[in-house]
Amino acid sequence: MLDLTTKIGSLTLKNPIMPASGTFSEDLAQVFDLDVLGAHVTKTITREKRNGNPTPRVCEVRGSMLNSIGIPSKGVEAFIENVIPFYADFDAPLVVSVSAGSADEFVTLCEEVSVAGVDAIEVNISCPNIEEDGKAFAMRPSTTEMVMRRLRDATDLPLWAKLTPNTGETTEVAKAAEAAGADALVVSNTLLAMAIDIKTRKPKLGNLMGGLSGPAFKPIALRMAFQCAKSVDIPVIGCGGIASIEDVIEYLIAGASAVQIGTATFIEPKIMVRLIDELPNYLRSQDLTSISELIGSVRDEEAADGLVFIEAAP
Amino acid sequence: MSISTPQMPLNSSHEAHQIFEVDCMVKSNAPVNGEYRLLKLDAPQKILDCEPGQFFHLLCPVSGNLQPYFRRPMSIYGYYPDKGELHFLYKVTGEGTAALATLQPGNSLNVLGPLGCGFDIKPDWKNLLLVARGVGLATLAPLALEARRQNKQLTAICSARSSSVLMSIDYFRNLGANVITVTDEDATSNIENLRRLIELQIAKTGVDAIYTCGSNRLLKLLQSIGRQHGIPGQIALEQQMACGIGMCQCCVRQFERNGKIVQERVCKEGPVFDLQEAIAC
Repeated sequence: MLDLTTKIGSLTLKNPIMPASGTFSEDLAQVFDLDVLGAHVTKTITREKRNGNPTPRVCEVRGSMLNSIGIPSKGVEAFIENVIPFYADFDAPLVVSVSAGSADEFVTLCEEVSVAGVDAIEVNISCPNIEEDGKAFAMRPSTTEMVMRRLRDATDLPLWAKLTPNTGETTEVAKAAEAAGADALVVSNTLLAMAIDIKTRKPKLGNLMGGLSGPAFKPIALRMAFQCAKSVDIPVIGCGGIASIEDVIEYLIAGASAVQIGTATFIEPKIMVRLIDELPNYLRSQDLTSISELIGSVRDEEAADGLVFIEAAP
Repeated sequence: MSISTPQMPLNSSHEAHQIFEVDCMVKSNAPVNGEYRLLKLDAPQKILDCEPGQFFHLLCPVSGNLQPYFRRPMSIYGYYPDKGELHFLYKVTGEGTAALATLQPGNSLNVLGPLGCGFDIKPDWKNLLLVARGVGLATLAPLALEARRQNKQLTAICSARSSSVLMSIDYFRNLGANVITVTDEDATSNIENLRRLIELQIAKTGVDAIYTCGSNRLLKLLQSIGRQHGIPGQIALEQQMACGIGMCQCCVRQFERNGKIVQERVCKEGPVFDLQEAIAC
C-alpha cells in the first residue's frame, strides 16, 4: 500500500500536491474536482479593496513568465462571505493567503480570517512593508521575526510563512520565521525581474517590474527550499517552476514536505491532477512505499555547512 | 447567454465540469487570403456546446524558434456539433499565431474551453447590426449564424484595409445578411462615412441592437450612435490573458457601470460586454 500522505505541522495532507497562491480559484472547479488536491490555497487577500496594478500584468519570457498583478482584492468581508463557504464542501484543507503593508494590519487580518472552515493561514510576507522602508518583511530576519511573532499571537491556526527569493539572507530569514512560531515555510514567492519590448522600448509590464515564475525559476527556488530545509525543523513547502513529476520529486529530495504548483496550471489546467496520478507510479518504479522516504534524501553528506548555506554563486 | 456579469454559481465542487482541456486533430489549416488562415479541428461533442462570442485557449505548438509559453485566447469562428468541427480564423501577428500556422493536417492541438460569456440576442430584437473590421469579423461569424437561426434581420458592415483582405463577406451573404463593405483603399472606411451608413440603416429598417468587436475607433463611434438613438449594443473585447479561466486576474479592463469605474476580467465576465459600459483604451 502506497502512502502519499505528508504532514505539515498538525495538518496531514492526503498528498503533497497543492496550488500556489494566485494561480488557483473557485473557477478551477469548472475544470476538475478540486477534492483530489492535498490542500487548497487561495489567492492573497488584503483587508481593504484593491484594484491591482496597471495592465499588462503578465508577460512571457522564454519558457517562463513575469507577473505584476498587484494583489487585487475584494476585501476581507467579501472573502469571508463568498470564498470560504465555497470550500466548505471539500475535504482538502483550506489555506488562506493574506497580506498587509503593516504588522498591525496583518494582525487584524489574521484574526479576521481565523474562522471555521480555514485550516491554515499562509502569510505572504514577501510584500512591501510600508511602515519600514518599503522592503518586504521577509527580506530581513529582523522584520520577519517581528511580524511573525505578532501573527503568532493573533491566531491559533497554523501559520505558513511565504518567503521571498529577493533576500540575500535566506537561512537567517527562515530561522527567524521558525523562532517566531511559524508552522511551515513556503519557499518561495517570485523573483523580481524585468522585460523590455525592444521595438517600443517600453517595459513589458505595466508596473515596470514583476516576479519571475515558471521553469526558469525552478533551480533558484529549489536551492532556497534545500537551504531552508537544512536550517529549520519545521516543514518546508517547495514552490517555484514545478511542471513535471520529476520536478516534484526533486523538491521532495531537496527537503520539501509538500509542493505548490503555480504557473504550470496556466499552461496545463489539470497538471495537479496529472502529478497526483503519476506519484504512485514513480514510487513503485523506485521500490518506495511512501513519499516520506524521499523527503530530504538529498545525498549531500560530504558538503560542508559553508557550502550548504552559501548566499553567492561560488 | 448574458452580457451583464454572470457569476458562476459558487456552490459545489461536484458541479458539472463545463470547461474541457482536450487534444483535437487538425483537419486543415490553410490560408484563406493573403493575411488570414482558417484552422479546422476535429472536436468532440462535449466542447462544441458553445455560445457565439466565446473563445478557446489554445496551446500553440512549440517548434524551432517559435516557443510560445502561455496559451493564446482565440475567439471561435465556427462550432459545428453536427459535423464535429471547431473553426478558428486568425492572422499571423506574433509568436503564438506563427506557431499555429505550422500545424499540419493530422497534427494535434490542445484546446481549453469553451470559455467566457458570449453575445446575447433578446427575443424582441428583430434587426441586428454587426460592425467589425478585419479579423474582428471572425468573432461575429457565429453570432450571425445564430441570428439567422433565430430568423433575425441582419446587416453586416465589414471593414478592411483593402477588398482583397475583406473577411467573411460570402459567409455573411450566405446567411442572408445585407452586407455593406468599406475599405481604406476606397476611402469608405472612415468614421464619418461609417456613421452615415449606419444612420442610413437606422432610418431605413431600424436597428434593435448593435454588435461589434475589438477596435477602439468603432467602439467610440458605436457608443455615440447607440446613445443618440437609444440602441443597445454589445462588444467582444480582447486583452492579454494567462490562465483564461478567471484565476490570474491579468486580463482585467475597466468599465463604467452606474457612474462608477469597475474592473472586470475579460476571460470570465467577458469577453462580451455591454457596449456603453466598455471604455476605449
